[in-house]
Amino acid sequence: MAALELLSDEGYRADGRRAAELRKVRARMGVFAQADGSAYIEQGNTKALAVVYGPHEMRGSRSKALHDRALVNCQYSMATFSTSERKRRPHGDRKSSEMTLHLKQTFEAAILTQLYPRSQIDIYVQILQADGGNYCACVNAATLAVIDAGIPMRDYVCASSAGFVEDTPLADLSYIEEASGGPQVALALLPTSEQIALLEMNSRLHEDHLEEVIEAASKACKAVHAVLDQVVRDHVQEVTALLGD
Amino acid sequence: MASVVLSEAEKLYIVHGVQEDLRVDGRGCEDYRCAEVETDVVSNTSGSARAKLGHTDILVGVKAEMGTPKLEKPDEGYLEFFVDCSANATPEFEGRGGEELGTEIANTLYRIFSSESCVDLKSLCINPREHCWVLYVDVLLLECGGNLFDAISIAVKAALFNTRIPKVRVLEDEEGSKEIELSDDPYDCIRLNVDEVPCVVTLSKIGYRHVVDATLQEEACSLASLLISVTSKGALTCMKKVGKGSLDPESIFEMMETGKRVGKSLHTSLQKILDEEESLGTTRQKVGFLG
Repeated sequence: MAALELLSDEGYRADGRRAAELRKVRARMGVFAQADGSAYIEQGNTKALAVVYGPHEMRGSRSKALHDRALVNCQYSMATFSTSERKRRPHGDRKSSEMTLHLKQTFEAAILTQLYPRSQIDIYVQILQADGGNYCACVNAATLAVIDAGIPMRDYVCASSAGFVEDTPLADLSYIEEASGGPQVALALLPTSEQIALLEMNSRLHEDHLEEVIEAASKACKAVHAVLDQVVRDHVQEVTALLGD
Repeated sequence: MASVVLSEAEKLYIVHGVQEDLRVDGRGCEDYRCAEVETDVVSNTSGSARAKLGHTDILVGVKAEMGTPKLEKPDEGYLEFFVDCSANATPEFEGRGGEELGTEIANTLYRIFSSESCVDLKSLCINPREHCWVLYVDVLLLECGGNLFDAISIAVKAALFNTRIPKVRVLEDEEGSKEIELSDDPYDCIRLNVDEVPCVVTLSKIGYRHVVDATLQEEACSLASLLISVTSKGALTCMKKVGKGSLDPESIFEMMETGKRVGKSLHTSLQKILDEEESLGTTRQKVGFLG
């Protein structure tokens, strides 16, 4: 057994959660006034900010413009103080570049890009505090920011991670659970159609277990969807109330 | 930096307003915008603060890490500044776009804190010539709506005020080998004295007058500004002219006087907020970005 017990015999995880339990999700839309869309999300101790600019004209070289759809441009960065050990660079390292690519892939699948040919949509996400599930927090924050910017999407994109410890799938991994090195699945889901926008798995997992791990992750995604949807509804209600006067 | 495009008429409107001591948002020439400061917003730092000045939004995290003292100052710790102009603030900062401004701000911070009395660096020393605390002050620019330097200096001061460095003891055995022992009690920590930490006051020359805390629109109308860092007692630790225009010596002295006056009251109100927050202790409801 590992030095740290990830799942106790009574079925509790290191932070006291049940196997399928998520961390507390709190979110807010419209954090910044200057950006076209912005959102902030807290998933347990993981905190992320997302900002959306666009759709706007192509910036820089026009050669990158796509004639039939909008270009989704992403940047993932982590604040230098976000991790327990100080990071030297906020972005540009290998891991951030990979995350950037994943985000781009996820949102190209969700945004109706064909409505804005020859234009560009910028999505910038920033991790302020990292405690596992960084990718998921970023996707969820970016979804809210895209909605805040009023850019049409097929559906919300909700992301969650899942692991597998002692024959039990765990939903929404925290940093210690991620760092233990077990199998780990990150899933981005379009909840209503149950389409998968991104699926990534690290480490080794027996094929027989894959289905239940994905099932746990998608269940968590749907739970996140319920929270995000409520945040959007509350925000819209608040904004319309302000406009009504 | 996020730039605004103003027409001649708009500029004239702003300039004429400043001459009458009435700015576009209703402030006088020596008034700051409403500032929001909150400390302890990022839990895995030694100290953190978020400052919001109008649309300018700054997050500062201070991390204390153990390092070796600099050769020329063997019995002192030191501060390292890093400014990340994130793409959140403006798309122009994407990739390496914000690096130039980031380095400029970081260098200014180094200069502001170069005065010996600012922070008691001797208290950061653990073991002369061998170990000291290095405070990494990381500034994250989230949104810029003018007057970056002032907002950053407010956030840095608040974050340093919030910083708690764990207490360590140096144990030495008979053979002379040293061991560092961390205190068991997490509440047993050193606090920094921030009384002498300066705040920056930027004075922008608009027309014949100067204003403090210029918005982006006002910055677009100003040709030159003077950046001064003032301690709570009104002592100047650093001065810098920024902008492409020029200033005549007489107005520089005038601006210095205003800066000192405004800086002192800025320090008083900042200290009041920080003390108030401190007195609430753990009962304080953390707002962060959710408020």
